Amino acid sequence: MPFPDKTTDLAAAISKIGDGARVMIGGFGVPGTPFTLIEELVRQGPRNLTIIKNDANEPGMGVDWLLQAGLVKRLITSHVGLNGNAVRMMNAGEIEVEFVAQGILAERIRTAGAGLRGFVSDIGVGTLLAEGKKRIEIDGETLLFEPALEADFALVHAATADTFGNLAYVATARNFNPLMAMAAECTIAEAEDLVPLGGLAPDAIHTPAPFVDHLVALPPELMEVYGVVKR
Amino acid sequence: MSSSAKQRMLARAARDILPGMTVNLGIGLPTQVMAHVAPDCPVCLHSENGIAGVGGLTAPGREDRNLIDAGGGYILCAAGGSFFDSAVSFALVRGGRLDLTLLGAFEIAANGDLANWIIPGKFAAGVGGAIELAQKARRVGVLTTHTDKHGNPKILERCTLPLTARGCVDRIYTDMAVCDVRPDGLHLVELAEGVELAELRFATGAPLIVADGPIPRF
Repeated sequence: MPFPDKTTDLAAAISKIGDGARVMIGGFGVPGTPFTLIEELVRQGPRNLTIIKNDANEPGMGVDWLLQAGLVKRLITSHVGLNGNAVRMMNAGEIEVEFVAQGILAERIRTAGAGLRGFVSDIGVGTLLAEGKKRIEIDGETLLFEPALEADFALVHAATADTFGNLAYVATARNFNPLMAMAAECTIAEAEDLVPLGGLAPDAIHTPAPFVDHLVALPPELMEVYGVVKR
Repeated sequence: MSSSAKQRMLARAARDILPGMTVNLGIGLPTQVMAHVAPDCPVCLHSENGIAGVGGLTAPGREDRNLIDAGGGYILCAAGGSFFDSAVSFALVRGGRLDLTLLGAFEIAANGDLANWIIPGKFAAGVGGAIELAQKARRVGVLTTHTDKHGNPKILERCTLPLTARGCVDRIYTDMAVCDVRPDGLHLVELAEGVELAELRFATGAPLIVADGPIPRF
């Protein structure tokens, strides 16, 4: 049985993202960040975006391109410590930032991808991060309700994909990518290696193709930003 | 903190990393403890960006662009190591699979409260994985200079900064001492070479309980 071929042109895939969209972006630092999709998003320039990403990359990289271009209204993240520009924009009120504990961010995204509405946790009870959250009493213990976090689009980076959109990641480039791929209305993946159907062993697939809507094959020569960071 | 005091503190903390443990070393000073763990010690180092089995830092020029720890340092994956997504990584943390985490601190209270992620108006870059590590690791050690850069105590009766987690700290390693948080208060466990007890009490913002007899040195 032939499967649909989801490979598409970079510009066409990103053109679906309009003003005010909620966009999840995979990656933890450089590994797993879909720089090519982000660069095209900056080129097309939809505004008032809500960006959901673990971190804000570093100055001059990835999420920072979106910040510098003034396209971001709100950033939902766990940590922006490596990007002084993001910290400055947050302190100047140029962007809204919502900090979420890292594993709670991951689980809120996973929960949305699993078709659930949220979960109950004791993480952060009695601290600043509990403020404004819905409290739930269970067996006499006060716990926090963590709502599922979904998005209009997810931009993810895979090491290998087949034409149907099955994805495999490598090393610590996996991070938030498989969770975000499940949690958006429309998932756009970029892949370093595109293989024919059957080129990925079924047991080696991390994100099954039904979660992926569009697939962009990266050129053999990757942009320098994907490489080792010189500090 | 002198370089030798720092190395002594790191080496002392490394001695509490025992064979068989699964351990998470926080960003900054705690990560540097890795260099003091004996290479043949069977320990599984977890990093919250998705690896169990960190095999040390990569030699310059040999970095793998896809393989970092949560602090962004380029690392190796040991034989037997595994990679996973961020939800699995924190399932491991919250599910109680971490025997020990070593974290940094702005303030620690004698009751084990920890403040290490925000200084309102000055430093607020996000909490990362610190809350879950502090709240859910089976044992929490804090690694810090005994005083801040102005010489003020970082160990206090009560934290003044917003907390990362309540009552989570078990042991504190500093350049001056090792202290344990117990139900009756803060106990002095060991004193660094060259540090006098009076000097330590002066640099500590909470009462210290000291057992009779000679104090072990490190």
